[in-house]
Amino acid sequence: MTSAPSKLYADDVSLLVVTLDTNPFFWSTFPFPFADFLSQVLAFLNSILLLGQLNQVIVIATGCNSCGYVFDSTSDKNHGSTTGTMPALYSNLLHNLDQFVARDQQLASPHTPGTVPSSLLSGSLSMALCYIQRAFRSGPMPPQPRILCLQGATDGPEQYVAIMNAIFSAQHSVVPIDSCYIGSNNSAFLQQASYITGGIYYKPPQLDGLYQYLSTVFATDLHSRAFLRLPKSVGVDFRASCFCHKQTIDMGYVCSVCLSIFCEHHDKCSTCGSVFGQAQLDASAADRKRKA
Amino acid sequence: MSNAAERPVNGDAEDDDEDEGGDLEAWERTYAEDRSWEALQEDESGLLRPIDNTAIYHAQYRRRLRNLASKAATARIQKGLIRYLYIVVDLSKAASERDFRPSRMAVIGKQVEAFIREFFDQNPLSHVGLVTIKDGIAHCLTELGGSPESHIKALMGKLECSGDASLQNALELVLGYLNQIPSYGHREVLVLYSALSTCDPGDLMETIQKCKKSKIRCSVIGLAAEMFVCKHLCQETGGTYSVALDESHFKELILEHAPPPPAIAEYATANLIKMGFPQRSAEGSVAICTCHEEAKTGGGYTCPRCKVRVCELPTECRICGLTLISSPHLARSYHHLFPIVMFDEVSPSSQNDPSFSFSNTCFGCQQSLNSQGNKPGLSVICPKCKQQFCLDCDIYIHESLHNCPGCESSRHSKSVTA
Ligand SMILES: [Zn+2]
Ligand SMILES: [Zn+2]
Ligand SMILES: [Zn+2]
Ligand SMILES: [Zn+2]
Ligand SMILES: [Zn+2]
Ligand SMILES: [Zn+2]
Repeated sequence: MTSAPSKLYADDVSLLVVTLDTNPFFWSTFPFPFADFLSQVLAFLNSILLLGQLNQVIVIATGCNSCGYVFDSTSDKNHGSTTGTMPALYSNLLHNLDQFVARDQQLASPHTPGTVPSSLLSGSLSMALCYIQRAFRSGPMPPQPRILCLQGATDGPEQYVAIMNAIFSAQHSVVPIDSCYIGSNNSAFLQQASYITGGIYYKPPQLDGLYQYLSTVFATDLHSRAFLRLPKSVGVDFRASCFCHKQTIDMGYVCSVCLSIFCEHHDKCSTCGSVFGQAQLDASAADRKRKA
Repeated sequence: MSNAAERPVNGDAEDDDEDEGGDLEAWERTYAEDRSWEALQEDESGLLRPIDNTAIYHAQYRRRLRNLASKAATARIQKGLIRYLYIVVDLSKAASERDFRPSRMAVIGKQVEAFIREFFDQNPLSHVGLVTIKDGIAHCLTELGGSPESHIKALMGKLECSGDASLQNALELVLGYLNQIPSYGHREVLVLYSALSTCDPGDLMETIQKCKKSKIRCSVIGLAAEMFVCKHLCQETGGTYSVALDESHFKELILEHAPPPPAIAEYATANLIKMGFPQRSAEGSVAICTCHEEAKTGGGYTCPRCKVRVCELPTECRICGLTLISSPHLARSYHHLFPIVMFDEVSPSSQNDPSFSFSNTCFGCQQSLNSQGNKPGLSVICPKCKQQFCLDCDIYIHESLHNCPGCESSRHSKSVTA
């Protein structure tokens, strides 16, 4: 902890935490190249920083086997790097991103060919929320935080519980999660995340104009959004994923004791051990109670 | 100001209760939220600087976590997560007493509102109904339902009191409603009782026995003084009885009823309930809903089985009878099922160990883990993913996030836990 007086923020300072999908399996099958995508995103991040002197941008890479911080606009390292030919602000980001992708690739475990493994969105969301909590601790007037998920790969149903936990924690600390989903179908996780936390979910119809979409939809702070005509939601996919096969289902069975979701009928709950449909005070329940 | 000047000597670390503002005088109360002078101490050169309380807070939090962990180990996760709770609010003359400020009634209104919100946060699939007692008659204010806003609105509109209270009338009314609920639900009554008497048409003891037979757990929070019959009711039906001393104590007592009670698992049968997870339709689409039988624009939900539109969740489909809920409702309680492990403390000695790779920043928030003077400060490590976290993140992760950022951002450790 530094004893320096905390910065005095005005009430319109934004802290934007961006999670950037770097899943190589997704990008190698996607028609729009990652480099073009990144250059439009960087232009967008620049405009966020230009909108206000105190605005902060954090970028977290969402990899396929790991997640990591790649850019922090408040870090000292961004300034004073005069050696590179690239603009100093982003030479650091690109360098970190290169390192991150290389490390992510090394960690790769074999997977079934032909399928695209999901990106670890639950990890980058959790990290983003930890960072935002740190910003909340920074002083009496913390910057207004929001999260922007730039996601391309499809949802990983195995992350369901973790992503929901992150969404509820974000909702609890009033952090909106915006999502810009560029993959082919809609992402149910991000739809729910934005709906529950009061953020915006948007799927740009054309990626050539990505910068335009980003800057008109996601660049404004929460206060200004009230005056804008933002894209209307196209509905929210509230389907859950079952605990037994991690499949996305729209109808299923729910254990009345622990609320676990199953896609088919079971005799016994695999999560809490309750036996279903037996008379009250059956032997096992009474036994369990005596032990407790 | 002499009072204020003495406080920093003790600090507030050892006396946690003091923060509740319980023993403050009335004129001091507005300052209870922000007693900034307490957070100061003098350093060697006589300058005032903030007390570093983090280590103490963290120690308290670790103790709490350990308690929880040991409790969880003895009792399985069996909790009554589907609860049907009637809140009985006594609006007899006694509720207008001004020993609570501004009146008992106003305090009850305020705290019930907070309680209902907290209750639905912790018991997503549960139902609450409101009953009021006034002029010796019990009146059902709202039927069992899952929407906090409608209950709060109904209660706020009806906050006026007169006449006597009747515990028996209230219990009989609630008994009639609770006998109709499905067998997997937990039946509960929470009575907020201001009066010191009950004016009943018959034998209250009989009603208490009926409640016991119907497995309805009755709890009472008194606002005046202890009453034998209330105590008897709670003992017979397995509930809790308490009497509030002041507003903050009342708040504490009522919020104790928000988390799902663990010991009543045998009261209800475990069951698999067939449920549908409808999609929310696009803004601007028009459809006729089955609940109001009106054409509505946007914002409804579509039943996955028969595709009709309903306005609100959770509900039962009027056409096919499927229970419809939004999956986030369920997911709110999942952190009870999959709690994350406690992180191990990194002792300063292990940092000298060459085999241990000490990282300089917290994995979660990137804060430096070095304390002043570049010495390694206190930190914790996740036993699964071996990532290091600062103490603030440790608390946030276990109390609010319920995810380990390290485990979530590595595919390997995830496949192990799954
Ligand atoms: Zn399944
Ligand atoms: Zn279960
Ligand atoms: Zn309707
Ligand atoms: Zn239906
Ligand atoms: Zn941290
Ligand atoms: Zn971990």
